[in-house]
Amino acid sequence: MSTDQVAVRERRKAIGFVLPALVWTLCFFVLPFAFMVVMSLWQRIGTKIVHTWSLDNYAAFFAKPHFLQGLVNSLEITLSVTVISILLAYPLAWIIAMRIPERWQRAALILAILPFWTSYVVRSYAWMLVLARSGIINQSLLGIGIIDEPLELASTRTATIIGFVHFFVMLLTLTIYANLKQLSPNYARAAADLGAGPVRTFIHVILPLTIPGVMVGAFLTFVLCIGDYITPQILGGNKELVLPQIIMLQIGRRADLPAASALSILLMLVVTFVYVLSARWLKLERA
Amino acid sequence: MRLLSTWSGAIYAALIYGFIFLPVIVLVLFSFQGGRFPIPPFNGPSLKWYRSVLADSTLIDALLNSLLVALSSSAIACLLGFLAAYGLARHRLPAAGVQRALLTAPVTVSYLIIGLGLLITFNTFGVAKSLMTVGIGHIVINAPLCFAIIYSQMGAHQENIERAARDLGAADWQVMWLVTAPMLMPAIMASYFLSVTFSWDEFIIAFLLSRFDVTLPVEIWSLLRSGLNPKTNAVGSIVFLISILLLVVIELTVFQKVTRR
Repeated sequence: MSTDQVAVRERRKAIGFVLPALVWTLCFFVLPFAFMVVMSLWQRIGTKIVHTWSLDNYAAFFAKPHFLQGLVNSLEITLSVTVISILLAYPLAWIIAMRIPERWQRAALILAILPFWTSYVVRSYAWMLVLARSGIINQSLLGIGIIDEPLELASTRTATIIGFVHFFVMLLTLTIYANLKQLSPNYARAAADLGAGPVRTFIHVILPLTIPGVMVGAFLTFVLCIGDYITPQILGGNKELVLPQIIMLQIGRRADLPAASALSILLMLVVTFVYVLSARWLKLERA
Repeated sequence: MRLLSTWSGAIYAALIYGFIFLPVIVLVLFSFQGGRFPIPPFNGPSLKWYRSVLADSTLIDALLNSLLVALSSSAIACLLGFLAAYGLARHRLPAAGVQRALLTAPVTVSYLIIGLGLLITFNTFGVAKSLMTVGIGHIVINAPLCFAIIYSQMGAHQENIERAARDLGAADWQVMWLVTAPMLMPAIMASYFLSVTFSWDEFIIAFLLSRFDVTLPVEIWSLLRSGLNPKTNAVGSIVFLISILLLVVIELTVFQKVTRR
């Protein structure tokens, strides 16, 4: 047998290893996506799906105010969540990375992750308990006498944002911590040698160096937050719907798969757009 | 000054940790509620809601369904990921970059969209919704993770050992099964348990692709319709306990081995 034949046989064997995963991805990921694109170009008329090609489902998005409002709600909530989570997580990550002794840091991080080992659905429910009219927050505040009337916290946009921030503070603490640990302590030392105080060192040296890592975390937060259905559905009180809720309404109550498909593709386009934006301007790939 | 910053740092950290732990503490505390509602005042402790969960066969079935789907779909996801990683790391294949990109692509798409695509596909071919279709969905989301983790751990030093085994007369499957797989066991186990965790907790795909037999998150979802109920607290606390046990098992088996090396 010549070496060429051996090489061909080896290659065929190697393809055999990769093939099951490739076939799986093609059948259950690529093909469904193609079906979804096709479906988004068809129409639902009555209870039937009619195979006429048009962009009506996409046009409907811009024609129906409540669809567009869904996107606006999604963007507003996602941006608030991203900004608040970064502002809350950065100092905590800083404290864990710089102030806590090395051997306790791992424990501090595990402690931060621990509460997220409940079921995802249950976590939103738990916030419902905390924020309810007669829940623990209202009762404590009433008890101390800060408020006279219980606050309407549950079933509001605020509740949705709190539920999201809870999760993303943990996630961002982890990513920013990892980022701070990678930083060589020499930067801070050099800045101090050159006469900068701790505040100036932070603003002019540490912060700029960690921005790329923070942006990666921010992008992750954006993607996971804008695609989420559970938190706004449980905590948001069905008043201001976000895009995933509108998509689920099309699937469930209205059985309008073409509209749901078109909205899903629009949601993907928004995420892709943000990705392109942040990859180009914020040098995502460097981090 | 120094003292002040230490104190303010400690208070800040305590506040954020308090925020992170608040819902879980309330959840677990009021699962022991004696009264009908999981809100203050607390009167208990009582185990009656746990008894009511254990007596609820729908919930127990859902829990078993979840375990079945998580354990079996993760095994397949892991196998697919391992084989693909082995093929791509050990051989030079045409368009290897494209293959890698394709295999990891599902990570970038939200679960809702993966679920909707599969729903449309199964509808088109008239496949009935079942635990099987949920499992297929979970393999789609978890196989890329298993592939990425195992692929990243396949280094050159293992390749030399594999070559030695081959020189000593081992057949291909023997090399893979007796040499490569044991060497990569920490990565394989890590990706398996990670995959189990994701599948165990996954809601939207399970919701879209199941019908009569449902998984635990979907069953809990329908419990929520009854509003605030200590029984939901009890289920949530049980899920929490199981997940923590899983975490301890991973910590003791997988990561201890990694650090010992």
